[in-house]
Amino acid sequence: MNRIIRFIIIDILKNRIVLAYTLILAVFSWSIFQLEDTPSKGLLSMLNITLLIVPMVSILFSTTYIYNSAEFVELLLSQPVKRQKIWTSMFAGLCSSLVLAFVIGAGIPVLIYTPAATALMMIATGCCVSAIFVALAFLSAIISRDKAKGIGMSILLWLYFALLFDGIVLFLLFQFSEYPIEKLMVFVTALSPIDLGRIMILLKLDISAMMGYTGAVFKNFFGTGWGMAISFLLLLSWIIIPYGISLHIFRKKDL
Amino acid sequence: MITFNGISKKFGKLQVLDDVHLTCQKGECIALIGPNACGKTTLIKTFLGMVLQDKGTVLYKGHDTKNQFMYRHHVGYMPQIGRYPQNMTIGQVVNMIKDIRKSSDLYDEDLMREFALSTMWNKKMGALSGGTTQKVSATLAFLFQPETLILDEPTAGLDPIAAEILKEKIMQEKKNGKLTLITSHMLSELDDLITEIVFMQDGKIAFHKPVDQIRNETGEEKISKAIAGILKKRVS
Repeated sequence: MNRIIRFIIIDILKNRIVLAYTLILAVFSWSIFQLEDTPSKGLLSMLNITLLIVPMVSILFSTTYIYNSAEFVELLLSQPVKRQKIWTSMFAGLCSSLVLAFVIGAGIPVLIYTPAATALMMIATGCCVSAIFVALAFLSAIISRDKAKGIGMSILLWLYFALLFDGIVLFLLFQFSEYPIEKLMVFVTALSPIDLGRIMILLKLDISAMMGYTGAVFKNFFGTGWGMAISFLLLLSWIIIPYGISLHIFRKKDL
Repeated sequence: MITFNGISKKFGKLQVLDDVHLTCQKGECIALIGPNACGKTTLIKTFLGMVLQDKGTVLYKGHDTKNQFMYRHHVGYMPQIGRYPQNMTIGQVVNMIKDIRKSSDLYDEDLMREFALSTMWNKKMGALSGGTTQKVSATLAFLFQPETLILDEPTAGLDPIAAEILKEKIMQEKKNGKLTLITSHMLSELDDLITEIVFMQDGKIAFHKPVDQIRNETGEEKISKAIAGILKKRVS
């Protein structure tokens, strides 16, 4: 393994916050499945955790960590290390530790209590969401030199994707309820990774029948193999694009 | 060994470096001096690839350093204000850098011994005083026996004894034929050390002369007085 990634992972482990995060996820997941009588209901509660808490912890922890690593980055820059490698290693280190925390904390109970296909979908989405918000953290941390501004930007990004975006979608739905906008809504959901993830899991749960005509359109699109592939590609591009932009800026940044 | 070819750099609207040409040869010990904010540190950082110049090229042994990193195997850098991961200990930092550079050469641990860093091996970097942090920086700069030493304000913050140890070390490395580039404000400290003087002002190189020539021209034995003499002449 790359030495720099190793140092970063050891540093994150020493930090203990990621360990606490794993533990809290595990406590939540196990107790949810103990309390709910059917696995489906449990999975719905898990969904809310995955789509609210996981992005928040990922983006806030990563942003703060990147700012705190300014010294580390500076130290490595004067050493014979490729510039890109420092940034990539930090991304890989943060991503792998947060994804691992999710898989251990939430993935294991989900796998035990729910059918394999749904569970795997849930885990894949959770991992993607973790990585996406780490990538967004890299973007907001590189854009501003000021720590308070960068962390503020991260909080706003999380608020936007987790809460505001749904509100906007709902508003649009009510405003244009007279028009056939179902197909447009499929496109609009692609603009938020959290909604994309939510729909992918809900469709796996077979409760889309209760979502009316829109649900049927969604099922038609996301339910097919192609729809799935496209949605995962969209999730992947939510990782690659923000991270790619941050790497591009980092390569040209004066430190 | 190091050639700066028409380096220009702007930070926003501020022109920090303005078409700087400078050549440094092996075995020289160059003092880079000048008033605050004249671009000394920025010039050094363009060589290390920490600041990317807008125009011009920096060559190391004839090769362009742009987007390269291998050349830094031959460079030891001591920053003006060393910034280190706060929750790592001295030992961890030293071992990490050793691990990253994976150089097979023997380590030069003279400074580590003379600064008695081993007694503080398990102290966290965040808990160190400014002077001790400088000692760590100096140790790291010399540790890998680099061919080129870049020292940015090396003695600032060091106590007189430590500063003397460091000066001795620089002298010794100079005898070994290494290129040393020092920035400093304390001209008096550099007297018996340096062979060349580069004076920078407003992002430009005002002059670059061997020390002997400066002494001859001004008739002063002390460098600080000689420089002051030159500056006075320029003003009048």
